[in-house]
Amino acid sequence: MIDGFIALYIFMLAAFTGYEVIARVPVILHTPLMSGSNFVHGIVLVGAMVAMGRAHGTLEVTIAFIGVVLAAGNAVGGYAVTERMLEMFKSSKTAPKAKH
Amino acid sequence: MVLGAATIVQASYFVAAALFIFGLKRMSSPVTARGGIVWAGVGMVVATLITFLTPGMENYGLMTVAIAIGGIIAWVTGRRVAMTDMPQMIALYNGMGGGAAGAIAAVELFSGEAHGAQLALGVLGGVIGAVSFSGSLIAFGKLQGLIKRSIRFPGQNYVNLVILAATLVAGAILVVHGSGGLPGHVTLLFVLALLLGLTMTLPIGGADMPVVISLYNALTGLAVAFEGFVLDNAAMIIAGTVVGSAGTLLTQLMAKAMNRSLANVLFSGFGESAAAAASGGPAGTMKSIDTADVAVMLGFSEKVIVVPGYGMAVAQAQHKVWELCQALIARGVAVKFAIHPVAGRMPGHMNVLLAEAGVPYDLIYDEGEINAEFETADVALVIGANDVVNPAARTDKSSPIYGMPILNADKAKNVIVIKRGQGTGFSGVENALFYLDNARMLYGDGQAKAAELVQAVKAL
Repeated sequence: MIDGFIALYIFMLAAFTGYEVIARVPVILHTPLMSGSNFVHGIVLVGAMVAMGRAHGTLEVTIAFIGVVLAAGNAVGGYAVTERMLEMFKSSKTAPKAKH
Repeated sequence: MVLGAATIVQASYFVAAALFIFGLKRMSSPVTARGGIVWAGVGMVVATLITFLTPGMENYGLMTVAIAIGGIIAWVTGRRVAMTDMPQMIALYNGMGGGAAGAIAAVELFSGEAHGAQLALGVLGGVIGAVSFSGSLIAFGKLQGLIKRSIRFPGQNYVNLVILAATLVAGAILVVHGSGGLPGHVTLLFVLALLLGLTMTLPIGGADMPVVISLYNALTGLAVAFEGFVLDNAAMIIAGTVVGSAGTLLTQLMAKAMNRSLANVLFSGFGESAAAAASGGPAGTMKSIDTADVAVMLGFSEKVIVVPGYGMAVAQAQHKVWELCQALIARGVAVKFAIHPVAGRMPGHMNVLLAEAGVPYDLIYDEGEINAEFETADVALVIGANDVVNPAARTDKSSPIYGMPILNADKAKNVIVIKRGQGTGFSGVENALFYLDNARMLYGDGQAKAAELVQAVKAL
């Protein structure tokens, strides 16, 4: 198990990491980045799976089932929309010349 | 050392956490952004698959069914949603993550196995997750147009405060007494937390919703991190915390771009209907112009700056506008796009919509980069933007948007505004720009007018 101070250190370092990673992001990427970070907390899926694996009795299993459905929605949906948005970002050097 | 299943699971979480951070870093530059989400996605797939190896788990069949249900629904909706509706979809997926964190907390609390600090973090994460869940659903409903009105009543903030206090008391009782024997209390805790999310979000207007969604995104991250402590899951702790802090920063950047403090967004209830009790409106008259004249003006310019707003996206005009710009570029006109941070429904949303139409991102400039250039532009072409080019924000202290950074479209030699009618913008404020001597109004549907302009410019 991750004990007290180790957990605190992880928490602190991760918090600074998140801040630094975002600190210099241009405004044009705010929406995709928010969507991307929304995808990243989809990791809650593994937690929901573990909680479901440990759940006993109808009540716990039902709640855990809902949790896994929601978590999978977060992860998969977050990926789908983020990837769609970022796919469209092209520079004028790489963009194919005007179709239309 | 024997490589046990538990070690493999831990190793996969380590890899996932590293890939998430690497992916987010790459997502913060337009050149590498696409690869960033793919790397993060690889991390997610690895972690999810390896989690099935976790020793001592049951319910594998149901688990797989649950993943399939959530995953398929989300994939189909995520692939189909229109780019204009992106903000509310993000809100929806985010709410699901919050709900999942809440569900983990509920399972742990009902089973009563967590104690001490883990129990406290579990309760806290559960409350935050539940608030994020119901709040995000309201945000989705508002942006999707399912909830039309903002519900407000006197003393609302006090009511919210009371609910918050009750939630905290209920949580504290559980932490002190242990949650095992108190299923009624656990239920009450979640009911209160869900209610809090509802009452906090309902009074907030549509214009402020992006900031709120971003805030809930950060909160979900935090809830995931807290539940990670309960489950001893380092990947959840790291990913959740990174999103929590990155999301908080992003929320501040958005609030700043809109010239609002976060407290102002959450507690003041402006953002929709604060229809300027101010001023009798700007002096002068709006002068209209026809398509042919605009085409001549644009075609013989040296430099044109396009200022798109959400109205352009609503009219689905971005493709025609880009076609118009290409016709101008072919004539040797320098064309640039100026994007205000709050153009569209959230910062960066307009960039996504322009990218969808094929506009290269290096023609797109934000307010800080391009504002000085308007003075050298022959034409500022304003399409579907309103409040973000209202010079009253610089001068009129009684205006609700006073102090908001704006695009200096009024400094251009000529200003052409394509606009459906004579109405006011999202904030309900009259736009002084439209009454200026160098401004001309081209009334009509954005897409139709842009198409006419393409023909007219090509015919020059």
